[in-house]
Amino acid sequence: MYYRAKKVVTILLIHAFLFSVALSCIVPFLWMMNVSLKHPEEFQKGLIRKSRFSGQEQQELIDARVVREFEEDKAYLVWNVPNEKILRARLKKINYSYTKIQRVQKAWEGSRDFGLRPTATFRWENYRTVIVKYEFWRYFFNSLFYTFVTVTAIVIISSLSAYAFSRLQFPGKNLIFYMFLTAMMIPLPAGFVPVYVLLNKLHLVNRTGYVFAMTNMGLSLSIYLLKTFFDGLSRDLEDAARIDGCNKLQIWWHVGLPLVAPALAVVVIFNALNVWNEFVLASLMFTEESLMPLQVGLMEFSSRLVTQHTLIMAALTVATLPIILLYLKMQNQVVKGLTAGATVG
Amino acid sequence: MNLSFRDKFSNFSFVLPALAIFSVFYLYPFFYTFVLSFQKYDLISNPQFVGFDNFREILFSGDPWWKNDWWSSMYNGAFITFWALTFQNILAFALALCVDKVIRLNKFYRVVFFILPVLSEIIIGLLMKQLLSGEPIGSDVLNRWLYSMGLGGLTGEWLGEETVRLVTALVHCWKGFGWAFIILLAGLQNIPEQLYEAARIDGANAWQTFYKVTVPLLLPVMALVFVLTILGTMQAFAMILALTGGAGGLTEVPVMRIYDHLRIRMAGLACAEGVVLGIILIFVSFTMLFISKKIREKYGVLPS
Repeated sequence: MYYRAKKVVTILLIHAFLFSVALSCIVPFLWMMNVSLKHPEEFQKGLIRKSRFSGQEQQELIDARVVREFEEDKAYLVWNVPNEKILRARLKKINYSYTKIQRVQKAWEGSRDFGLRPTATFRWENYRTVIVKYEFWRYFFNSLFYTFVTVTAIVIISSLSAYAFSRLQFPGKNLIFYMFLTAMMIPLPAGFVPVYVLLNKLHLVNRTGYVFAMTNMGLSLSIYLLKTFFDGLSRDLEDAARIDGCNKLQIWWHVGLPLVAPALAVVVIFNALNVWNEFVLASLMFTEESLMPLQVGLMEFSSRLVTQHTLIMAALTVATLPIILLYLKMQNQVVKGLTAGATVG
Repeated sequence: MNLSFRDKFSNFSFVLPALAIFSVFYLYPFFYTFVLSFQKYDLISNPQFVGFDNFREILFSGDPWWKNDWWSSMYNGAFITFWALTFQNILAFALALCVDKVIRLNKFYRVVFFILPVLSEIIIGLLMKQLLSGEPIGSDVLNRWLYSMGLGGLTGEWLGEETVRLVTALVHCWKGFGWAFIILLAGLQNIPEQLYEAARIDGANAWQTFYKVTVPLLLPVMALVFVLTILGTMQAFAMILALTGGAGGLTEVPVMRIYDHLRIRMAGLACAEGVVLGIILIFVSFTMLFISKKIREKYGVLPS
């Protein structure tokens, strides 16, 4: 009995620990989404239901400039006081008794918001403002474009060479393969500097140059992953295809690629996230708004609209939600892809 | 196997695209870094050869030289790395041990802990800035929360001069612990169950099992996590850029300096800084690997 109880308590403690850490990972994002649906006044000043006060009190408080009418929703009033001191001073001016002041102050404290309370206004308009007026759709589609083109290029180029490294003979094969391997191992903290200088010299500071540079970034690891996967496959199907008269290119396309599909999924996700989250090179290369991907756009946007918390939150949600949904849908491949990227490199 | 020239060439053409891109965008820039680091180049006029001037300026300019901007940025990077190595990795290890133990919600925890590494550094930095920063004045949300929960004593200027470095380090740990967690958990699950059974039969208690079975067998994985943490943290900067923007040098890390120098078109200096940092990182990671090998030999565990 004693041991049993001890065990249960231990398990509960472990869950409490794990759960609190898990909460710390989730709550900021719930907060973000919640704030993104708020009216700026709701977020900064706080709303209070009219029904908390009698009709006469409402009028008194409005006259004393303690609260204002809230235009969005007639059921609420907006607080109009920056801090406790001013609140008390204004209430004293209209000769409120001590207990009444206490009551109003409590209501004020209780309805201060900053995103802790679920949104009352559900302002989807924030999203419209961000996406249409501030042209976030453009950043989004730029990111999609860069990601799609880069990943396609990487998949084709790396699977071609991985197939060759695994199956075909040509002079210098091992040397070239080890070159790719070594490239993965060496940390290049300033790798973006010479690449940027080079693109500058080639007059490729544009979409094309960016896609080339990003393709190169994912190439070595993708080749390595696909090559090891090819090595583990039997050659029977390929032999059959060859006997049926396929040439090498056809074998790669019709037999090789379908067989490495599981590894390809990992390669796609690793590289897609890599390009989607890339910031350094993009921010150096794209000073034009129309070329910026999401990460650079976010930085621009948040430095331009520092005071518009609700809009920044809407922008962050637009950038975050697709990734989180994608991740939840394909966790296994994402985890595999990212850890492969870290542990091999 | 004897191949005709035609075959050799057609086989070789499979790797040609990869090799071409790799040569232009990796090999050439790699060697070009070393050339550039001895030059002064503003991306417009012709580069000038300046010998070791760039390195001298980075390493020894300033009085005293160990307090110049580069070394203080190295210090900031090392400070964050220290927290990542200790706090982040210990937290990750504790979490991995716990998740390895529990059966319920096991999957849920794994999914949740890895959300942060999936998201971009910019998103994390901006989100945390919204939560912690007092810009525009009086908008620091976390402080307001603490007030409204009656914890007014805990409020502070999170991104102010005194705390900004520590807060940045903690945010970095928060973003990064999922990595270490996933790798360590995979390592834990690779330890064969028989070893634990054998230990139990031999009468080992929980602490002994942990100390004599789990830790030694996990050492290679721990060494890997250690090296990855050092490399990752010393090269991370986008999150810090988004969170503090450098905070007037207080959270400026080496790569941020490189990035800023390139932005103001001092490509030569930026390259020289990259070379210095790269050499330091390679040196540190090799030292770490060497030490971990020694420890493993002392424990008498086969390297895996």
